[in-house]
Amino acid sequence: MKVELIDTTASTVRNELTRMCQQMGGLTTGVVLNLVIMTDEADQYDALRAATQAGREHPCQVLGVIARSGRRPRRLDGEVTVGENMPGQMVLLRIQGELNEHVESVVTPLLVPDTPVVIWWPGKAPRAPATDPVGALGQRRITDAAADEQPRSRLLELAAGYRPGDTDLSWTRTTTWRSLLAATLDRPYAEILEAAVVAEAENPSADLMAAWLARRLGVPVHQELSAGPGVTEARFVTGDGKIVISRADGRNATLSRPGEPDRFVALHRRETAELLSEELRRLDPDEVYGETLAELTSEDRAAARATGGQPEE
Amino acid sequence: MANPLRDPRDRRIPRVAEPSVLVMFGVTGDLAQKKLLPAIYDLANRGLLPPGFSLVGFARRQWADEDFAQLTYDAVREHSRTTFRDEVWRQVRDGIRFVSGDFSQDAAFDRLAEVVAGLDVERGTGGNRVFYLSIPPSQFPAVVRQLDRSGMSGGNDAPGWRRVVIEKPFGHDLSSARDLNDLLASVFPPRSVFRIDHYLGKETVQNLLALRFANTLFEPIWNRRYVDHVQITMAEDIGIGGRAGYYDGIGAARDVIQNHLLQLLALTAMEEPVSFAFDALRAEKQKALSAVQIPDDPATGTARGQYAAGWQGGMPVPGFLAEEGIAADSNTETFAAIRLGVDTRRWAGVPFYLRTGKRLAIRMTEIAVIFQRAPHLPFDATDAKELGQNALVIRVQPDEGITLRFGSKVPGSAMEVRDVNMDFAYGESFTESSPEAYERLLLDVLVGDPPLFPGHDEVELSWKILDPIEEFWAADGRPEPYPAGSAGPACADEMMARDGRAWRRL
Repeated sequence: MKVELIDTTASTVRNELTRMCQQMGGLTTGVVLNLVIMTDEADQYDALRAATQAGREHPCQVLGVIARSGRRPRRLDGEVTVGENMPGQMVLLRIQGELNEHVESVVTPLLVPDTPVVIWWPGKAPRAPATDPVGALGQRRITDAAADEQPRSRLLELAAGYRPGDTDLSWTRTTTWRSLLAATLDRPYAEILEAAVVAEAENPSADLMAAWLARRLGVPVHQELSAGPGVTEARFVTGDGKIVISRADGRNATLSRPGEPDRFVALHRRETAELLSEELRRLDPDEVYGETLAELTSEDRAAARATGGQPEE
Repeated sequence: MANPLRDPRDRRIPRVAEPSVLVMFGVTGDLAQKKLLPAIYDLANRGLLPPGFSLVGFARRQWADEDFAQLTYDAVREHSRTTFRDEVWRQVRDGIRFVSGDFSQDAAFDRLAEVVAGLDVERGTGGNRVFYLSIPPSQFPAVVRQLDRSGMSGGNDAPGWRRVVIEKPFGHDLSSARDLNDLLASVFPPRSVFRIDHYLGKETVQNLLALRFANTLFEPIWNRRYVDHVQITMAEDIGIGGRAGYYDGIGAARDVIQNHLLQLLALTAMEEPVSFAFDALRAEKQKALSAVQIPDDPATGTARGQYAAGWQGGMPVPGFLAEEGIAADSNTETFAAIRLGVDTRRWAGVPFYLRTGKRLAIRMTEIAVIFQRAPHLPFDATDAKELGQNALVIRVQPDEGITLRFGSKVPGSAMEVRDVNMDFAYGESFTESSPEAYERLLLDVLVGDPPLFPGHDEVELSWKILDPIEEFWAADGRPEPYPAGSAGPACADEMMARDGRAWRRL
């Protein structure tokens, strides 16, 4: 069921939502979280699609806040969808004019009470998400540095403004790599002397992975450039030789260890919906991400990033 | 040495199994194709199987590796829970091997040992093996002997670890359960034996622990001061299907009560474990089971039935005695109900009613904790006439979730109170993410994490509870017939009526 409300107010949207939920048999009970998506007309389609997919795993009330640019008079349009394609409910808010400066006044009354709030900026996000008026409403704030025109410097900016509860999809993208790397070290290995992460240019995930490895292993971690896509290789240089995971095509990886035949590993690049789903699984602060960001801003990492701009000889 | 990349706070990185070889006996069986093989793929797809993980099938068929891979592929395409990805399948496929042979052939097991040892070199599985016996218990001795003889069960000095997985039934009485345990213990240390009770892998059952021990709301009333009685039900709408050979002579009580229902009882009745580690959890379950008392007079405290022909869900179905492979004079029960007590300070005087049956009206498993009526109702008698007893129902399957039933005022000018339900539907909230029970349990075996597996002592205690009842039944004539598609035999209702109670409607 879908209802459109033109030039409306938050309380009208709220009443309409309540009325529709009652008509559909009280669906609010199944909602486990509020997902607020801060987006614009260009990005909203993909973002909402990902949210709908993730919503199958985590039934949520999706509040899509679509900022309309340009010099227009203040106006709020609402679109309420209940019980279609996903458990839970979806409210789209199109916001124009000076109301864009006061979005929190529209979002706050529409949040389902007693239910966690997650704010997601699929594209452009505030410099420091936690101090943003809408960001402050969430216990979890999801950004995506890779969506920025300058992902690496954007990530450093996020690191500077980091507060517990912040997270970034470029960190989420490292999970499959990180768990594979961790699994390689579940088996006996010779002492690790140094490590390296190879990725295409301007890849914030590679920066995070390298920082994480540097922090965990306490050895120099180099960064090297490749044609991509994404991260293409991670390796440990050990006293016995190299342990290498390489992935040239973004799907199929090869694991090589000294003295063993190469092994095939599935390592596909995940879609936004899967990344979002992973993010929504836990709503407490990600301490490891916080520590990794702290490492990222160290001088060693800055030096490694600088040399990582040069193609490998 | 601790893995420097692992950090308990880093909860994005999942527990990944160690590189290992899973040797599966009985690969052509129904369970393997519907549950086990798809579960392996699903684990791989979730990134929980390490590179190098290998699967070796052993069966009588004259098959090559490709044939077994094809069987696995078909099973995965048809039954896997997660989406199919070529690259994940390729990773699984790379580790698939097949060995053809008979359980009596030494040569076949020598070949199996070679293949498995080859995988250690080829795929770095480091001597780690899981033997999954998805075969009838009568064949266990032959297989276990062969594993021992061929050296695959390993000695203490062999590198890596060996684990063996068995499915129910864990014997058919106390003495056969001990025999089975002795057989396994002669080759595998007790910690390496994983008894699968797939009910314990279900999210709802694990959620019972969360419900009880993560909240403050329920534990204070989880005792004889507030609880009137507990009903644990596992109803099936199907008949015995193709299991006649196994089922005849075993019956509902041995098939279901001994394992699933007594485990659910133990989890419901036990005290808080000091941790969720295997030993701590098992200690509490054991204590609860060892406090279980059977009725003084089994004639009034138990009931059993056998389904007769009837209509089920709009279809005529045959009675048990008319099922293929069942003797026309079979005394095997297809419905069993038992009243048990738990003699502890917490539960003294609170009956636990267990019932299970085949060909009942619906398929449903639940634990219902029924609370006492309020000692005094400040309402007119007519106002609270429709008020029943408060109940907390843990719905294990289908439609997993929790229902809380309590009285509420009916809207209107009169003070009328009626029962209402407050519902938490697991399905709505987490279905797509909740793994199949077998996925969880297989991973636990590969990781070596045993809390969800019943220990041998629990199996023995369960048989000690059931054996005297079975003895009584054996000497007490025939089970009472009940029409297929009904809620069970009349004697089960009479058993409850004698206590002034009634079964929850199926």
